[in-house]
Amino acid sequence: MSERIRIRLFLAGGAGLAALLAWGLAGLPAFGEFNGACALLINHVVVAQRHATDAVTAVNFDYRALDTLGEEFILFTSVVGLAVLLREQRSERERPPARASEEHRFQGSSYALRALTLMLVGPLVVLALYVDSHGALTPGGGFQGGVLGAAGLLLVFLGGGYLTMRRLSPHALVELAEASGAAGYGLIGFGGLVFAGVFFKNFLGLGTPGELISAGTIPLSSMAVGLEVTGAFVLLWSEFLDQALIVRHR
Amino acid sequence: MSELQAGLFVLLALGGPAVVLMRDPLRQTLMVGVYGLALALLFFVLQAPDVALSQIVVCTVAVPVMILLALAKVRTHEHESHDDEQEQRASSRGDRGR
Repeated sequence: MSERIRIRLFLAGGAGLAALLAWGLAGLPAFGEFNGACALLINHVVVAQRHATDAVTAVNFDYRALDTLGEEFILFTSVVGLAVLLREQRSERERPPARASEEHRFQGSSYALRALTLMLVGPLVVLALYVDSHGALTPGGGFQGGVLGAAGLLLVFLGGGYLTMRRLSPHALVELAEASGAAGYGLIGFGGLVFAGVFFKNFLGLGTPGELISAGTIPLSSMAVGLEVTGAFVLLWSEFLDQALIVRHR
Repeated sequence: MSELQAGLFVLLALGGPAVVLMRDPLRQTLMVGVYGLALALLFFVLQAPDVALSQIVVCTVAVPVMILLALAKVRTHEHESHDDEQEQRASSRGDRGR
């Protein structure tokens, strides 16, 4: 294809795209206009119905818990697929750094930086547990807390080196956390089927709104999802780190 | 629309092209993180803290780490093949010498 034809093709396509965009933008509702009838309804009834003060988490783990199950297993299968894809292949071998001093690959990182990252590990893990367990009360929930927890372990790698992180989170343990988190969430759904007759129906006592243990199964679901997401992200990063730092071609 | 929201929209409108136009993958990764943080701030300002939390951790931590590690892998791979070539050249030279 000659350059002139290509430019003409681009001009025609670009003009079409611009026209469609202008047409679409002209039909948009005004900024801040909101027509979500369901959202308004749920905002109105969520505290009375589910005793949860964060409507978003209540929707995720109760009103549409089945969708969340699907999302869980999307994450689960994609991380498993990644682990299969990045496994050690026949033409590769593991070559851990020979000396401990070689292990820290961030040349030029100061002691202050390493100390600060290590100091942040504890607070970050506590924040993750807080976000996990307070899913029904404040913004946040299993997914957000889960990634925060995984980020805490990543800080161990940044501050202390990869082998330290691997010692803290061996693959078998991470895989177990991911699998049991995913299975736990599914089991909560089956609990609804067994105890209340409907898959994922909230079958536990709802408690007092605003207390830590309230809103029935929502905090449990949140913790299970948090465990799964932490495992998934740590596994994902470990596979990438293995590839980047340890696995070499024969 | 408040000034804060308008400012963040402008920041995002500038940040997107900045990510695309930055040609060095390393800088691009860092820019994606900054862009993601601005997007998280916008979500927060638009009263969606749940989405903002996910956005912060995914776009400023999870995705950049994955891209950076992939870049590191590509670089070690290049180093290795470079070393191999040098070794081969050295050995073939040695053969000729003999």
